[in-house]
Amino acid sequence: MAIRVNGTEVSPPGDARISLLDLLREQLHLTGTKKGCDQGACGACTVLIDGNRVLSCLTLAVQAEGCDVRTIEGLAGESGDLHALQQAFIEHDGLQCGYCTPGQICSAVAMAEELRRGDPSYVTADIAAGLPVVTRAEIRERMSGNLCRCGAHNGIVEAIEEMLAETAA
Amino acid sequence: MTPLRYARAVDRADAIGHAGSDARFLGGGTNLVDLLCQNVEQASELVDVSRLDGAIRESDDGGLLIDASVKNAVLAAHPIVRRSYPVLSRALLAGASAQIRNMATVGGNILQRTRCMYFYDVEGARCNKRQPGAGCDAMEGFNRYHAILGASDQCIATHPSDMCVALAMLDAVIHLSGPDGERSVPLTDFHLLPGATPHVETVLKPGELITGIELPPPSDAMTRSEYRKVRDRSSYAFALISVAGGLALADGRVTQARIALGGVAAKPWRATRAEAALVGAAPTREAIVAAIREELADARPLSGNAFKISLVERTAVAVLTALAGARA
Repeated sequence: MAIRVNGTEVSPPGDARISLLDLLREQLHLTGTKKGCDQGACGACTVLIDGNRVLSCLTLAVQAEGCDVRTIEGLAGESGDLHALQQAFIEHDGLQCGYCTPGQICSAVAMAEELRRGDPSYVTADIAAGLPVVTRAEIRERMSGNLCRCGAHNGIVEAIEEMLAETAA
Repeated sequence: MTPLRYARAVDRADAIGHAGSDARFLGGGTNLVDLLCQNVEQASELVDVSRLDGAIRESDDGGLLIDASVKNAVLAAHPIVRRSYPVLSRALLAGASAQIRNMATVGGNILQRTRCMYFYDVEGARCNKRQPGAGCDAMEGFNRYHAILGASDQCIATHPSDMCVALAMLDAVIHLSGPDGERSVPLTDFHLLPGATPHVETVLKPGELITGIELPPPSDAMTRSEYRKVRDRSSYAFALISVAGGLALADGRVTQARIALGGVAAKPWRATRAEAALVGAAPTREAIVAAIREELADARPLSGNAFKISLVERTAVAVLTALAGARA
């Protein structure tokens, strides 16, 4: 079974030890996905599998057989137009060095979908209620799996708020 | 990581058929892949069970059956869990990050290994869990995160799961299937205290697979429930301590108390002594502190974690008084 990466079918590696992250970066040369800690602690390697955000460093590439993988390279439009969140990151200074940015953006795109379908978070006051109220505290909690060592969090949260507002509008 | 084969099980029988070799079952991989990368564990074959049927359904008696391959994120967001067992949703959502919860399975969560940094430090530290008889560098080391209950002179590691603390509080049962057939074990009997064999962490037999968990029908104290986790940063960190609590009250008195503690022992700690002390009492701060003190009477704090005793007391007071107030 093939793995579809940004719409293109690729063969899974013969060596089962190869992580999805290493497949993307070293074999497919999709270097937008970043290797930070390589042990599930930083979120820099976040990609989407079948629309869900996951860590590609803790995913063996063979585990993604038959799945749709989307990376930061697959978020922009066909003509190269930036995704709304990419544009918002630029406008709100949601980055300094930029290393965590692809992971932040992939993560937030999936987070918007989680909010849309009403998934609760640890800080959601009423777990049993339907749609959670989107607050900065909710965004921060839901994005806690993506660290930013430059401390660009305020801009990141503002960019995400703008994307959510645009989506809701 | 040493070379390994990978096979995707088509069903449970196929998965169990791989037992006997040096195979390991692979769920989401969020812990096992890391342990293999760090050379803490070795395997010659991974049998991927993450794509086996993953259903959540009500049982005949009104409880809930959850297949082992259900993702943590899916379980946390399930309407019945949110409505009838909110402590389980909150505990799941307290664990790890959204990315990891999307990958991690229920079965894998139960079987995750301690995050004791000496256990992970293959090159630099002695660990009786990793290498029986080697010694334990955590005893005289940085043991802020370690156990205050049920530890031994061999091992002071804690179990890292938040989900399991809620499952212990809910009287969950684990369903197992293996070469010798099927059986069920209460979650509170599944994990073992270290004693003289800290490398033996559960009652799981070789080749046995966790197929699912079962929750009893929701009682008042299961539904009026909460999970609070205290950690060194506000999110995406393992627990220093955690409290899963549930109360049922009548006429201002506790008729049922359910309490389990996380971050204090090698297993999720069901606080049966504290529960017994609270039943019949008014849920006042004094009564809760007294009950927790009874539970922690045998606590043996280490050089770096004596704070956990008062932290458990204060967190239990916060959780249980809030639940009592919500009832009033």
